[in-house]
Amino acid sequence: MILAENLDQFGKDPWWLVLAKVVVIFAFLVVMTLFAIWYERKVVARMQVRPGPNRNGPFGLLQSLADGLKLAFKEDIMPRLADKVVFFFAPVISTICAFTAFSVIPFGPTVSIFGTHSPLQLTDIPVAVLLVLACSSMGIYGVVLGGWASGSTYPLLGGLRSSAQMISYEVAMGLSIVSVFLVSGTMSTSQIVEGQAGNGTVNIGGWHADLPAWYGILLIPSFLIYFTAAVGETNRAPFDLPEAESELVGGFHTEYSSLKFALFFLAEYVNMVTVSGLCTTLFLGGWRAPWPISLWDGANQGWWPVLWFTIKVLLLLFVFVWLRGTLPRLRYDQFMRFGWKVLIPANLIWILSLAGILLTINSDSLSGPGKFGVSVAIIVAALALGFVAIAMSRRNVTVVEIPKAHPGGRVGGSKGFPLPPMNLEVPPSPRAKLVIAEREPVSTGKEKA
Amino acid sequence: MSLAPYVPILGLFALAAGFALFSVAAAPFVGPRRFNKAKLDAYECGIEPTPQPVGGGRFPVKFYLTAMLFIVFDIEIIFLYPWAVNFGMLGVFGFVEMVLFIVTVFVAFAYVWRRGGLDWD
Repeated sequence: MILAENLDQFGKDPWWLVLAKVVVIFAFLVVMTLFAIWYERKVVARMQVRPGPNRNGPFGLLQSLADGLKLAFKEDIMPRLADKVVFFFAPVISTICAFTAFSVIPFGPTVSIFGTHSPLQLTDIPVAVLLVLACSSMGIYGVVLGGWASGSTYPLLGGLRSSAQMISYEVAMGLSIVSVFLVSGTMSTSQIVEGQAGNGTVNIGGWHADLPAWYGILLIPSFLIYFTAAVGETNRAPFDLPEAESELVGGFHTEYSSLKFALFFLAEYVNMVTVSGLCTTLFLGGWRAPWPISLWDGANQGWWPVLWFTIKVLLLLFVFVWLRGTLPRLRYDQFMRFGWKVLIPANLIWILSLAGILLTINSDSLSGPGKFGVSVAIIVAALALGFVAIAMSRRNVTVVEIPKAHPGGRVGGSKGFPLPPMNLEVPPSPRAKLVIAEREPVSTGKEKA
Repeated sequence: MSLAPYVPILGLFALAAGFALFSVAAAPFVGPRRFNKAKLDAYECGIEPTPQPVGGGRFPVKFYLTAMLFIVFDIEIIFLYPWAVNFGMLGVFGFVEMVLFIVTVFVAFAYVWRRGGLDWD
């Protein structure tokens, strides 16, 4: 409750400072997008042992800027069957939602800007995390409307897939954040960062351990579920099914060209930066310096935190690219099954067991060993419940007897033309007389028994 | 509780909206304009485009089911958030209430699961 006063420092900036912060955050996101595209291409290229973009500017750094400029001077096509108004506004919706979500992400502590003391954060509100979730939900409208308004088959299918995928993983993402609220007792981003300050001492049955009080370490399951859901939510590989080019060409933005396409691309990368920024804020201590640097007293003061924040975001972006460079795309049914049947039940069980453990730790009537015992009992019960759920879902699976494939052979006797086997296995070469002699005579259905 | 902290959000919203609208509106004037019939048709890898179905056509009911389930779970999440934030104050009473609530939703979830509502093909 002491922390609640901290929120009072927001909303008191003079108008010019608000304007400056808005412009700086906007510029930060655009530059991060340009950088992230280059970074992704470069890292994937290195993983595939090729140089990647290296022509425009030093190390090819200006490549994405050049691409953006090129897109601006490309022909802007409005398909004949498109719904003109919706087609026009869909990329606008996507872009606005992507940018607005970043307004509550904290960059650093209070600093003095031209004599005005102000936190390095555009603003913070009691329901800040909800604002980010709301913006990402609204962003789905851009995708599904863009796909629908194109008046074309592939974008329609891609848009439907995207929206189904994004809402499914949004549920998992929303549930994974609940545990952070449970521990921190607030939804405001600056207070969540405040809650991760210093070292948390873990006391388990007389055994002490000092850990950084990052929620990513205390709440590892939530952290992992959040990141998995974030990859699904931003349509990134291996969950990039809406853009599965072998099935859907370009997905929902197949019919888009020129700057409208660029806006969708921009929104996708800004969303990536936003979920990484939110992940940093909620789970990785926000702008606070990581362990070896945090020993230095000045690490969490002044402008340095902006650097730590950016480094953490870039590391998370690296993981995004790493996943893309490593994993193949999932099949759609596997992907939806994973979201609904694994992430959501696991999340609910984890939230309830965490709440139980918190109740035990905070209770007055139990002693130290008693608390430890009850906590272990809750964890065991949760794991048992999980295993029962897995066993129950296994029983549902009916094993389909795959009919034995036709072994292949020849139609019309030994002189007839060769018949390929049903399982498309390469049959033994007809020249290998020995092998043919050992095989059983084949029934093709045409000869009488 | 004043609404002052909410105002800067509108600032970023307005800047993003201005940028996006400007880009979308400027695109037709900046780029070349050399249309032809094939360009304006729906893109289907070069073959004749599929005729558009009357009234928007139909799509698999699975998407509708997913959307309905999303609403159920989103509402559950909305109830979970205030509970989580005030967990320290609500104590054992709040915990028991939330267990009952989650179990109730879980029954519906198990039903959908058993009826195959979560299976794709």
